[in-house]
Amino acid sequence: MASRRFASRATRDLSLEQLVSPLPELGLVSANGPNDPEPELVVENGAVTRMDGRDASDFDVIDRFVVAHGLDLDVASEAMATDDLALARMLVDVDVPRCELVRLSRGLTPAKLARVIGLLDPVELMLALKKLRARRAPGNQAHVTNLKESPALLAADAAEAARRGFAELETTVGVARYAPLNAIALLVGSQTGRSGVMTQCAVEERRNLELAIRGLVTYAETLSVYGTEPVFVDGDDTPWSKAFLGAAYASRGVKVRFTSGTGSEALMGYAQGMSMLYLEARCLAVVRAAGSQGVQNGSISCVALVLSVPGGTRAILGENVLAAWLDLEVASGNDAIASHSEIRKTAKLMGQFLPGTDFVTSGYSVMPRHDNTFGGGNFDADDLDEWLTIQRDWQVDAGIEPVSEDELLRVRERAARAVQAVFADLSLPAISDEEVALATNGYDAREMPDRDRAADVEAADELLARGVSGLDVALALDRSGFDDVAEAVLGMQRQRVSADYLQTSAVIGADGVVRSAVNDPNEYSGPGTGYRLEGERWELLQGLPQVVAPADLLGEAAGADPIVAERGAAAKGDEASEVVVALGPAFAGALRRTIADLDHRDVLDAVCDGIREGGAEPRIVRVVRVADVAFIAHDGAVLSGSGVAIGLQSKGTAVIHRADLQPLDNLELFGMSPLYTVESYRAMGRNAAGYALGKRVGPVPTELDNFARAKLIVRTTLLHARETQAIVPGGAPVEVELVTAPVR
Amino acid sequence: MPFDPTSDYPLGARRPDLVTTPGGVPLGDVTLAAAREGALGPHEIRATPRTLRLQAEVARAAGRTQLAENLERAAELAAVPDDLLLEIYTALRPRRATAEELEEWAAQLDGFDAPTTAAFVREASAAYAERGLLAHG
Repeated sequence: MASRRFASRATRDLSLEQLVSPLPELGLVSANGPNDPEPELVVENGAVTRMDGRDASDFDVIDRFVVAHGLDLDVASEAMATDDLALARMLVDVDVPRCELVRLSRGLTPAKLARVIGLLDPVELMLALKKLRARRAPGNQAHVTNLKESPALLAADAAEAARRGFAELETTVGVARYAPLNAIALLVGSQTGRSGVMTQCAVEERRNLELAIRGLVTYAETLSVYGTEPVFVDGDDTPWSKAFLGAAYASRGVKVRFTSGTGSEALMGYAQGMSMLYLEARCLAVVRAAGSQGVQNGSISCVALVLSVPGGTRAILGENVLAAWLDLEVASGNDAIASHSEIRKTAKLMGQFLPGTDFVTSGYSVMPRHDNTFGGGNFDADDLDEWLTIQRDWQVDAGIEPVSEDELLRVRERAARAVQAVFADLSLPAISDEEVALATNGYDAREMPDRDRAADVEAADELLARGVSGLDVALALDRSGFDDVAEAVLGMQRQRVSADYLQTSAVIGADGVVRSAVNDPNEYSGPGTGYRLEGERWELLQGLPQVVAPADLLGEAAGADPIVAERGAAAKGDEASEVVVALGPAFAGALRRTIADLDHRDVLDAVCDGIREGGAEPRIVRVVRVADVAFIAHDGAVLSGSGVAIGLQSKGTAVIHRADLQPLDNLELFGMSPLYTVESYRAMGRNAAGYALGKRVGPVPTELDNFARAKLIVRTTLLHARETQAIVPGGAPVEVELVTAPVR
Repeated sequence: MPFDPTSDYPLGARRPDLVTTPGGVPLGDVTLAAAREGALGPHEIRATPRTLRLQAEVARAAGRTQLAENLERAAELAAVPDDLLLEIYTALRPRRATAEELEEWAAQLDGFDAPTTAAFVREASAAYAERGLLAHG
């Protein structure tokens, strides 16, 4: 026998994912693996002779590199002798400064680092991350790509990303030869959106270096490292080759961050039976030893594999913490698609989102994920409002700013125009006005006209042959009247000369000043310290375009035609066929429509008609002493000749009451006012009449929409506030009659 | 004024007097106007070895030993031509070069007054020999 509920759950997005039990032999274990070595470090005569279960003679390239460059032996004996739990507690102790933890980390082996991180639970990891982040303020990075490599669309998306506050933008290519064109589109677009935003074009190292040398990009994060020797070698590198490349980039003024992440060794077949977190600790030890200022980690493209095993999400947060502990800038993943399930994906995100990292994502897809050629798009253009709302909900800065539609259209169009001008000035294949228009307000590249791609790549080759540089781009903008963009592009060239952004966690402000862990360090030491979202920045991040002032939610009743007229104090009726219709203090007065947007006149007409159809006679009174629907109805019932009344709140909630019942009891309660139609109120009237005449009454069928509250609770609050404002304390009920509707 | 790595960062904002292009153009003169007049070529738009060494000092003063060493290697490599740089990188990849070839690259680096990076290449060669990552000659 099968459960229909299991069957229903099997259709959820989550069911598309494979969850597996741990298999340590293949590295399918997130942390604290059974084969992970015991932490150890043996130093004899100033030389390391044994580390993490291996004698020096058995050290692989990773061990050798870490021992040669990554361990501070002056600290090692103290650090390695410190109890695991004591270190773990220091990580979350706000009274132990970050610099002290960084000092100790210099003497810890990868196994010890992984062991200590493995002792922290998720909330402890988040606190540790908040404390250990290198730069004071969190930031974010965007992906900017599209399937057609449309330069106008790349520029427009880059401008939007920059305008929304992303500090770094990353593009790549579908066709390698496009690289210089995409780099130029990104450079021009980014500097149109906000000056100082750094850009990169992820391509093969030789091309990448060439773009860097020409000043078309300012950073690179393509330098991958791995936690086992066979995988490192399969990746066609060694720690020495990668470190050399890092220095080569720096020598050309390029900010470099390495890339690593849990799961890659298992995916590539040589995890050597070790846990994902331990292998990542080895990667990170290499990254620091190589002298990289930072790392992109958090599983990155292997995230779905790590999430397939128990504790995967926790291990990924753990690796981010570990990188920060090693004093590295952290671009913390959340770029590749982690899950089909929106719930699971968002739950995973919170680990980095709430504490804040140098770059909360290592690539937020600022365009729809269909155009994300990184295979990314975990969060994309369609998710932006959710991201902004979650920032507003938690009062957390996760690096994206709300911007109005008008402003974004302006910025996007200008960027597309600017790149159009640069292409024209540099004799590249023309960008049409149609492309500019579609790049400005279109959805994705499917709407863009097809370009002559053969002509584009030929022009790209020729551009490189001509030696076109960032300086030429600035001059082209200058000649085309884009003075401010020209200045901004020139500013990026000046940054390459001063090289300040080579320091840890560097970003460039709109003022052209570099802010890094050197001059803007994170000094969080508990409540009241460190980066806090407040003041102007908090005002900015809470002001989403769709936010409205509460007062604007209610229509104005002033000036509307009257619906009812008051006729003095209401007396008790003596007709047994009478049903009182008891109105709330603001009904058909200060308020004129229910929450379902029904006109109060139509509601009143329907209730009265229903009462008559049921064979009774309506009499309308207004209760002014109270706004609670139970009391409104009960006060009405006390005045009713039959003892039965129907109470109506202005928002449309209704109750059928009888005088002999307790006020909070009732005959029927109609609490789903957003769902009611005029017919519903007619049915309520009929039932009230039935009760009054002592007939057998079947309750009006109950309707239910559990989302109505979420959707309408603000309006409910405001409507009810208006109702309570109309209360006359201690006031007696008033006789009311319908005013004849004016002829239109 | 002497350079103080603990307080003179960022150089661009605090010590522009210490920063020039490879051709000696002061940072403050890296402007659109200068580019328009042709006073700045694309080869001028990069950090000098001296600037990279100052950045290395900043990193070291901030306690970042390995980053400082990386920036010192970068300062040495600033003078090495692009193609050569990529050739050395390729030689350092697994099983691309013999010990003799790596020694030749190291000697070339010595010739560019890049002793730290030369030593780095020799260190790699020794490790590769132990781990079977040298090319067979």
